[in-house]
Amino acid sequence: MTFINYASREINCKIVYYGPGLCGKTTNLQHIFESTAPQARGKLISLATETDRTLFFDFMPLELGTVRGFKTRFHLYTVPGQVFYDASRKLILKGVDGVVFVADSQEERMDANVEALHNLEENLQAQGYDLMKIPYVLQLNKRDLPNIIPVEDLTAELRRKEEPVVEAVASNGAGVFDTLKAVAKLVLTELRKG
Amino acid sequence: MADTPLLLREQQYHQVKAVLARLRMDSAAKVIFLVDKDGQEIASQGEIGNLDTTSLASLAAGNVAATGGMAQLIGEKEFPTLSHEGERESIHISVIGRLLLIVVFDERSSLGLVKLRSKQISQQLSAMVDEISKAEFNDDDSPFGEITDEDIDSLFK
Repeated sequence: MTFINYASREINCKIVYYGPGLCGKTTNLQHIFESTAPQARGKLISLATETDRTLFFDFMPLELGTVRGFKTRFHLYTVPGQVFYDASRKLILKGVDGVVFVADSQEERMDANVEALHNLEENLQAQGYDLMKIPYVLQLNKRDLPNIIPVEDLTAELRRKEEPVVEAVASNGAGVFDTLKAVAKLVLTELRKG
Repeated sequence: MADTPLLLREQQYHQVKAVLARLRMDSAAKVIFLVDKDGQEIASQGEIGNLDTTSLASLAAGNVAATGGMAQLIGEKEFPTLSHEGERESIHISVIGRLLLIVVFDERSSLGLVKLRSKQISQQLSAMVDEISKAEFNDDDSPFGEITDEDIDSLFK
């Protein structure tokens, strides 16, 4: 849920990165954190297990710039991808303004992608959102690995509406900012329509 | 269905800050925050110093969301207050509608005093929160009213 503070001239929006376990959600945020000037971002908070699996969420505030005198700040969150953390995923989606689905391009993770996407649709619905209506981007990650599904096939299976589809290799940053820009643009465009 | 934006006008912001300032004085607290349940910081008052208020707001909201989930599992709607006691500093969180009142205090205060003062102010804050929740854009003050595609594109240059 967008928060507009007229006193401090700020627009604050929430973006959630969703996807199956180990698909690259946290890696996306880590790359954004490492590549952004300190004055344009806050700390990267990661609530994780001892083996660096996301336990509750990652969070990072990012300032994109000023539009019409208002600073635009995006709060980036990731959810824990492992199946049994569904209760936590539901909570993190609350108040979301835009969603990025990070798909793992590897052949053996296709079922996990489909399951996670269904899970996203269900959890959004439970919060009163409709995936077909909210700003949404599909990222096809791990495009550098050898055993990957072709983009056309992944898109055919996972794309839900005419959402932007971005190829990525989050581990080296490829496609990470393109994804972020795409979803941020959709969020602001949607706010303008409203 | 997307949420409508939460709008905080300047006058409301200063009114909220005044209430938080009074609460801080009455409770001898170190810092007081008002945070949205989604993790956005609304207002703060006190000895903020280098405190990362954005992260604190997000973590507090996550904390309340997680314990709220636990509450529902045991048949409660939610836990209206949460307290965390540290060696030197402690945190007390009160749920007021869609907002969270977070009080950080040290040895200059006590949990009992913070709880009492938070409860006393909660009705006034609740009324203010209701008003903030109902605010809508006026004809000429939406920041999105005149925004163009070029404005949005310029953010990503």
